[in-house]
Amino acid sequence: MLRTTVSNSSDSEVDLLDDRDYVQLIDAEGRRHANPTLDRWIADVSDDQLADLYEDMVVVRRIDVEATALQRQGELGLWPPLLGQEAAQIGSARALRDDDFIMPSYRENGVAYCRNVPLDDLVRVWRGHAHGSWDPTEYRMAIPAVIIGAQTLHAVGYGVGVRMDGADSAVITYFGDGATSQGDTNEAMIFAATYNAPVVFFCQNNHWAISEPVRLQAAKHISERAPGYGIPSIRVDGNDVLAVMAATRIALDRAHRGGGPTFIEAVTYRMGPHTTSDDPTRYRSAEELAEWKAKDPITRLEKYFEDKGIFTDELKARVKAKADSVAAEFRAGCKEMVEPETMSVFDFVQIEANPVLERQRAQYAAYLANFEGED
Amino acid sequence: MTTTTETTNATATATGTATLTLAKSITAGLRRSMQDDDKVILLGEDIGKLGGVFRVTDGLQAEFGTDRVVDTPLAESGIIGMSVGLAMRGYRPVAEIQFDGFIYPGFDQIVSQVAKLHYRSRGAVRMPITIRVPFGGGIGSVEHHSESPEAYFAHTAGLRVVSCSNPQDAYDMLREAIASDDPVMFFEPKRRYWSKGEVNFEPEETLPLSRARVVSPGSDVTLVAYGPLVATAKDAVAAAADDGVSIELIDLRSIAPIDFDTVAASVRKTGRLVITHEAAQSGGIGGEIAASITERSFNWLEAAPARVTGFDTPYPPAALEEHFLPDLDRILDAVDRVLGRPNSLSDWED
Ligand SMILES: Cc1ncc(C[n+]2csc(CCOP(=O)(O)OP(=O)(O)O)c2C)c(N)n1
Ligand SMILES: [Mg+2]
Repeated sequence: MLRTTVSNSSDSEVDLLDDRDYVQLIDAEGRRHANPTLDRWIADVSDDQLADLYEDMVVVRRIDVEATALQRQGELGLWPPLLGQEAAQIGSARALRDDDFIMPSYRENGVAYCRNVPLDDLVRVWRGHAHGSWDPTEYRMAIPAVIIGAQTLHAVGYGVGVRMDGADSAVITYFGDGATSQGDTNEAMIFAATYNAPVVFFCQNNHWAISEPVRLQAAKHISERAPGYGIPSIRVDGNDVLAVMAATRIALDRAHRGGGPTFIEAVTYRMGPHTTSDDPTRYRSAEELAEWKAKDPITRLEKYFEDKGIFTDELKARVKAKADSVAAEFRAGCKEMVEPETMSVFDFVQIEANPVLERQRAQYAAYLANFEGED
Repeated sequence: MTTTTETTNATATATGTATLTLAKSITAGLRRSMQDDDKVILLGEDIGKLGGVFRVTDGLQAEFGTDRVVDTPLAESGIIGMSVGLAMRGYRPVAEIQFDGFIYPGFDQIVSQVAKLHYRSRGAVRMPITIRVPFGGGIGSVEHHSESPEAYFAHTAGLRVVSCSNPQDAYDMLREAIASDDPVMFFEPKRRYWSKGEVNFEPEETLPLSRARVVSPGSDVTLVAYGPLVATAKDAVAAAADDGVSIELIDLRSIAPIDFDTVAASVRKTGRLVITHEAAQSGGIGGEIAASITERSFNWLEAAPARVTGFDTPYPPAALEEHFLPDLDRILDAVDRVLGRPNSLSDWED
């Protein structure tokens, strides 16, 4: 796991970043730009480690491609692709400490991958077998939140609990540009500021909330809202894995050191449909998509490696082998998933006995028994 | 606001009849209401260019402009709260909630403001707001996309709560809902969006929104359903008929207030009552109907009313939804029960 060599951020450092359009370390052409504020936060990231981040991004994109294919083949009911958002997810997730907690939305499959969530658990929900498929405590990552914005408040509560326990870990919450319109998300920022909660608000501005462009949610940059709540914010090129990592490390460091919440707007793009049910050609132009394809987070790293002469056959082969093996395991895990038991409909509703529900369970069992021997 | 889209000749009023899906009949009802009254405006998430996730508002923004078909920021409390203000200013907002499970961020605005403003202002303020909600399960979706929250709203004084079950009713009921000066929760049976039927665009007479419809007369058992389960109940009527049992099917249509006159008249004829809905049993509409009919028609009942409903569980994952949802066999089993014929609970004691 990557670790930062620098600590000691200050609010003024974060504020400094606030008035630029966005901060960037590796541009779309793969050129590395110096940035005195960010550079020290990723000074320890060697080219080998950058190659690991590259591998992660290729693998999660491959998972996405496989999942989309599985949905087309009828193996999944639905899938929310992260295509185009790999740098935002990998750069932030790989900045986390193991004891930092994650409150995600539904699109953070790349983040879940970094937390070693079993591959079949990434699709159990989308296969219609469960509403949530892993134990949040085990992976320090909550199950997906489909209700837009809800998880941001949970992050604040969890973070306040962390501090009351005397721990120094942080909570990162992921949400979209659309989610910034919800009351919950705005309340979360207010609560986080009030309680100085160790929370990183990580907004993936992928420019779309289903068919609605980001300008419908925010008249100005989304990042400009947080300072009004008393939360410093950073606007970062979300397709630049290194810059995302630097920004997240700054925010995490503030949280770990008792500095309170930070807001990160990662400017990225949803290159795929909202979900496999969506048809983006109804509302966005091919030109816009092409413009963002040119800023692809993976391609730019390849260009960077090329320029440095380190995009070796060995690296390519290694990454391909990893992606192939993850894809094979992912497909098999999906197809071989065991159907949930019929009577599990009644499980986990609550902890204390509920006689009304138990009666319904027993009567439904009696009803099913009627059909035994029929087919 | 300025109108950015030219109105086109597509606004020609539909006449005669056409075969439409239920979804398209709602589109037609919206279009007609907008043509008839320029104070009618639509607002919701993704209802403009996309035409809504179910394409119910497809084409309406192109036809009526971005002032009257408004894509809103992603916030249900915002959608409803803004509708309240628009209504106070003399507009007739028709708000779309994308899915049943997303209505709750707007719940406070609905129950504390929309439902109560007329009462709180001693009649000075009217809330002619229609809130359209695709509801119910059976589409294999992920969580929060298959819920049946109608009872929460039926429990709230001041709201009319209705659900349509076929294209003609969808068209007529929606128009009456929009024309109503009271707020109406309009629940659309999403798994029936694609079922087709004949729609007469200018019916001479329509059944008032608050009235239930006797779909098919019968003499042995009264079966009450609404929304998505009316189609299932029709299958039950046919299957029971093959078995020599005559079911009178009532499509409730209005969930609040309930047309108890129609239900009671039927029960006084049949002496037996079965109610079905997808929503959980406890605190549901079925209990309300059973209790009210028992109170007023006890002497006519020959058996205890039976409910066939979703369980008191959250809506389950798609792989299990067939068990949660009332189906033909479960309805027939309840019909057997009220008829005193062998059924799954024949040996049940207590
Ligand atoms: C409360 C609520 N309202 C509406 C929806 C339907 N919905 C699901 S995703 C989505 C758009 C979310 O956009 P954004 O926050 O930008 O996240 P992205 O999907 O782009 O990752 C909407 C409207 C929902 N899930 N929850
Ligand atoms: Mg978005």
